[in-house]
Amino acid sequence: MPFLEFKDVEYSYVSGEDELTKALNKVSFAVERGEFIALVGCNGSGKSTLARLANGLITPDSGQVLVDGMPTTDKSALFDIRKKIGIVFQNPDNQMVTTIVEDDVAFGPENLGLPQDEIRARVDWALKSVGMQDYATSGPFRLSGGQKQRVAIAGVLAIKPELMILDEATGMLDPMGRREVLDVVKKLNRDENMAVIMITHFMEEAAAADRIIVLNGGAKQADGGKELFDTPEVFESAGLDLPLYVRLSRRLKGIGADIGCPLSSDEFARAVANLKGEGEE
Amino acid sequence: MRDVSMGQYYPASSVVHRADPRIKLVILILYLVTVFFCNSFFSYAFMTVFVLITILLSRVPILKVLKSLRLILFILLFTTVLMMIFYVDEGSAPLAEWGIFHIYLNGIYAAIKLGWRLMLLVMMPTVLTLTSTPTELCDGLESLLSPLKVLHLPVHELALIMSIALRLIPTLIEETDKIINAQKARGAAFDSRNPFKKIKAMIPVLIPLFVSSFRRADELADAMDSRCYRGAKGRTRMKKLKAKAGDFIGLLFWCVITVCILFLNYNWFGWAFITMLSI
Repeated sequence: MPFLEFKDVEYSYVSGEDELTKALNKVSFAVERGEFIALVGCNGSGKSTLARLANGLITPDSGQVLVDGMPTTDKSALFDIRKKIGIVFQNPDNQMVTTIVEDDVAFGPENLGLPQDEIRARVDWALKSVGMQDYATSGPFRLSGGQKQRVAIAGVLAIKPELMILDEATGMLDPMGRREVLDVVKKLNRDENMAVIMITHFMEEAAAADRIIVLNGGAKQADGGKELFDTPEVFESAGLDLPLYVRLSRRLKGIGADIGCPLSSDEFARAVANLKGEGEE
Repeated sequence: MRDVSMGQYYPASSVVHRADPRIKLVILILYLVTVFFCNSFFSYAFMTVFVLITILLSRVPILKVLKSLRLILFILLFTTVLMMIFYVDEGSAPLAEWGIFHIYLNGIYAAIKLGWRLMLLVMMPTVLTLTSTPTELCDGLESLLSPLKVLHLPVHELALIMSIALRLIPTLIEETDKIINAQKARGAAFDSRNPFKKIKAMIPVLIPLFVSSFRRADELADAMDSRCYRGAKGRTRMKKLKAKAGDFIGLLFWCVITVCILFLNYNWFGWAFITMLSI
């Protein structure tokens, strides 16, 4: 049984008077434990709606969302569902409850009703995992955007979810903050085997994931591994760009220099260096 | 930007800082009651000594505490002057007289006592807010009020509302600045001297601020729901308030002072002595 399963999910919201806008149209997919997925799509493609459906903040108009076999429509299961699926939202300022970093991270475990020592241990562990242990007792207002978002991640992490959804969690950050957050998420996925769904429209971030789901106008357009980058039409028709290094290598291929499909600056540099070596031979 | 959410907290390591916020709140209430019972110069001096000792113990610069008096300077002057010129003492001749205004010796005494009392009333709460964070005070209040849960008063929810409000003050101030700048960039005039125009100019600031506050509240509610919040039910705390022996000694000490003041002012020593004799 997959950990999270969307079955023909449809969802519409009210826009204007008696007017319904369909946000999701017959979306189906499954997520296994430990997966690292990027969910991409342009504005209004239904990405955030999908996140809110996953932990039962909203329920589908038709179809089903199952978390570990529990449907999100079952109100009595919501607490257990939210223990398993954590969401980090876009604006770090709108998800902090208290004025002290460690108290905010403790909010989740406190809601779980854990004993005092266990909460303390989880808070220390979560802050350490995101590299914010030195800021435990400071106020969130002294922190940069990336640091605040790392605290928000720690706040979700302290609940020890099996899946963390980052709903454009890097959307309001500068490039430095985006890298901080991405590194932390990658590490958590690797070390804690926590499944991650990263909702983003930064294709460089999507390139870091093992699996990419493309949403277009509320429907699933593509779902696959990195081989998706070989078919740029999939992204272009969804209003998205290819990652920078993919575009660069495609251009290089166009002029006869095939360097494969590097997805990060490191890979690209190595591929170009190899190419240079071959050229000199 | 100064961190508004920390209130006027002055970080230091002292006995007063470390004391349990609940005990501090109880002592403050005890203190305020005692000040209202004071009526002789001696008792005021007595209380002042204890306020000064508390300030010394708290390691907060005394100037910080005195600064708080600036806020009540106007009320202080206004009430003491009124007290002085309208005090009527039938038993003695006025020292000075202008029309309906008289100054009696006892009037001057009364005015000094009034001013002194006001200062005492302001200084101690200031020490409290200088030595405890708003979060500590929130937690302290929640704990002190928790017996009211029996009456179905939502104590936990009230404390949470207070703490979220504190947490959002700096965010909203920042937001207000942004909106004002946005309106200025579009030619809004905020520097009019006319108070009516000034109020009118604030409307285009307040409405977007309201709208965005509601949106924030919505997002915060979603974030809290996602983090398994379901009210006070089954919730535990990471930081439990724990009163130490020292806290109770402090409390006991203040109880003794309260009793002393009552005896000093109402001559209960004599009264108790007479009662004892008559038995």
